[in-house]
Amino acid sequence: MATTPVRIQPKNRVLAWIEERLPILSFLSSHTSEYYAPKNFNFWYYFGSLALLILVNQIVTGIFLTMFYKPGADTAFASVEYIMRDVDWGWLIRYMHEVGASMFFIVVYLHMFRGLMYGSYKKPRELVWILGMLIFLALMAEAFMGYVLPWGNMSFWGAKVIISLFGAVPWIGDALVQWIMGDYNPADATLNRFFSLHVIALPLVLLLLVVLHLAALHEVGSNNPDGVEIKKGPKGSRFGADKPADGIPFHPYYTVKDLFGVGFFLIICAFIIFFEPTVGGWFLEKDNFIPANALVTPADIKPVWYFTPFYAVVRMIPAKLPGVIVMFLSIAVLFLVPWLDRGHVKSVRYRGLGYKIGLALFALSFLMLGAVGAGLTTEYIPVFFGAAANLTAIENFFGRFWLFIYFACFLALWAYTYFGWEKTKPVPERVTTHD
Amino acid sequence: MTKPIVVRFLLARVAVVAATSLLVAGTCFAEEAAGLQESGARVTNIASLQSGARTFFNYCSGCHSLKYMRYSRIAQDLQLSDDEVLKNFAPAGAKAGDLVVSSMPSRPAVGDQPAQGADAWFGKEPPDLSLEVRAKGADWVYTYLKSFYVDPSRPVGWNNTVFANASMPFPLWELQGVQTPVYAPAKPGEDAAVEKLVLSTPGKLTPAQYDDTVRDLTAFLEYSSEPAALQRHSIGVWVIFYLAFFTLLAYLLKHEYWKDVH
Repeated sequence: MATTPVRIQPKNRVLAWIEERLPILSFLSSHTSEYYAPKNFNFWYYFGSLALLILVNQIVTGIFLTMFYKPGADTAFASVEYIMRDVDWGWLIRYMHEVGASMFFIVVYLHMFRGLMYGSYKKPRELVWILGMLIFLALMAEAFMGYVLPWGNMSFWGAKVIISLFGAVPWIGDALVQWIMGDYNPADATLNRFFSLHVIALPLVLLLLVVLHLAALHEVGSNNPDGVEIKKGPKGSRFGADKPADGIPFHPYYTVKDLFGVGFFLIICAFIIFFEPTVGGWFLEKDNFIPANALVTPADIKPVWYFTPFYAVVRMIPAKLPGVIVMFLSIAVLFLVPWLDRGHVKSVRYRGLGYKIGLALFALSFLMLGAVGAGLTTEYIPVFFGAAANLTAIENFFGRFWLFIYFACFLALWAYTYFGWEKTKPVPERVTTHD
Repeated sequence: MTKPIVVRFLLARVAVVAATSLLVAGTCFAEEAAGLQESGARVTNIASLQSGARTFFNYCSGCHSLKYMRYSRIAQDLQLSDDEVLKNFAPAGAKAGDLVVSSMPSRPAVGDQPAQGADAWFGKEPPDLSLEVRAKGADWVYTYLKSFYVDPSRPVGWNNTVFANASMPFPLWELQGVQTPVYAPAKPGEDAAVEKLVLSTPGKLTPAQYDDTVRDLTAFLEYSSEPAALQRHSIGVWVIFYLAFFTLLAYLLKHEYWKDVH
């Protein structure tokens, strides 16, 4: 539901004076209590507000970390340990930031899956989707640079491997890598510029994109699990004769509902922060408790879990440049989803069986590529196939199979809808249930 | 109509919790490498930490530092007084706020200057142990300290089955005794591998006592890796109780507000 311009006229004279000159209350009202959202949001609709919560958490904890962290190859590692030991509550702030980073990706991945499931990328929400994808890109850059800052050995080698991907660019590759690092290896210069980008440049970009994402969303209105446009439905409810019959004001209905979601989510976060902050090496890798050392390569260099599906793409393609191109494509193809999908039915509830299978396979391929990137296949193939099995051959077959499925899902989506093979179910006139 | 929806609603949440816990539990225990013995170290056992600290400062601190730890912090967390810690653990003249640095001189070779101190004796400076358990795992440290054996081919006379060709001599030998290797028959083209270690000369401690000593030492190093672990555990329970109560209130509030949504 597009925002309707409301004009608040406060009784308080001071507020009225401000409101006449800067209609801040009117603005807030039109985006909360006067923003009508479909009443049938389900479980999958918690993740947008949770992502916003984590963004705030990362900024606030980040501000405090920046007060004590000392960028620099000689000081960074020790300053993180100083935060963990000597700064009052420093350990809590650091763990909140570290766990927040991983939770951000969990929440964002679920949020994106929701968008695919209910067709939230379809007309008229293409820009909401594109802006969301841009947020995802900025978030990946932000997370990568953040992981370099503690200057542990995995920070160093992770940075070296990821930056060296730019070396695949023809002609200028090597120069580009040195330009990014400011040295021949990740070094003091690299650390300082990543610090600058991590604490100011990228957060500003992220905040701007989030504002635009929300502005675009509020202009066209929220989608819902039925994929029905409440704007086009009947009008009139107890909130007003011109209000959509299936809409309810975001505030207070969804603010209290999201508050419950926040509480539930924070229990999970608190459990991790207080009882298993490294999540067995998944959120914080063991090798990152060893200071950066250009002479000692960790036994297996792998990125943190949220990058593993994309890392697997590079690993599964035999040459560097094609690998980087395919990895780039694996993200770029998501930008194109609004135009690859020619179907007119939004929600998976009323789409054909092919779409349901495709969506499930896509999610599975993402998880399986993640398992390859995280080295789980390297670990478990000998368990399942015996120590004598050809690890590389099996792993490559497995990884390339799921990489093929990953792209095949998009291609099939286009063909399925372009040639009209999809047998959809009738979409109801109005939204159905709510919980 | 409302009841089944509420039930379904709660079931969905239960499913999410179950899935999340399985995920977390799975990852907690997925990291143990093969061939390591379980240390049994408990960071919350203060008596064990005190015993481990005693072993560390008697046998390890001559060469190894804990450069991110302060004596005063050890005193506070191990329920000892500053004086007790300074008198028993610290070199003369140290202050309570000082970091636990090693007194061993060490300088790598630079230009024409030959290596000196530890760099000359062991080939490298003994590593700082502040984060050893976080980097390697408690079971690794525990098993490593039980796996030294006599090997005359090594410069310091000791070798280790967990970390082959370690440059470290074995200072705990007088406690554990001396282990000698039993080699498995060599495969063609390969060196004979150590099959097992046999205690050929008993030490001051029985094997069971030595295991306890090493377990306590591992616990102390685990504590040194993350002193905040003590606070984490004691605060965490209350945080989760609070959040559970908050979530319940939020649920009731949501339920109340949503009564008129049909």
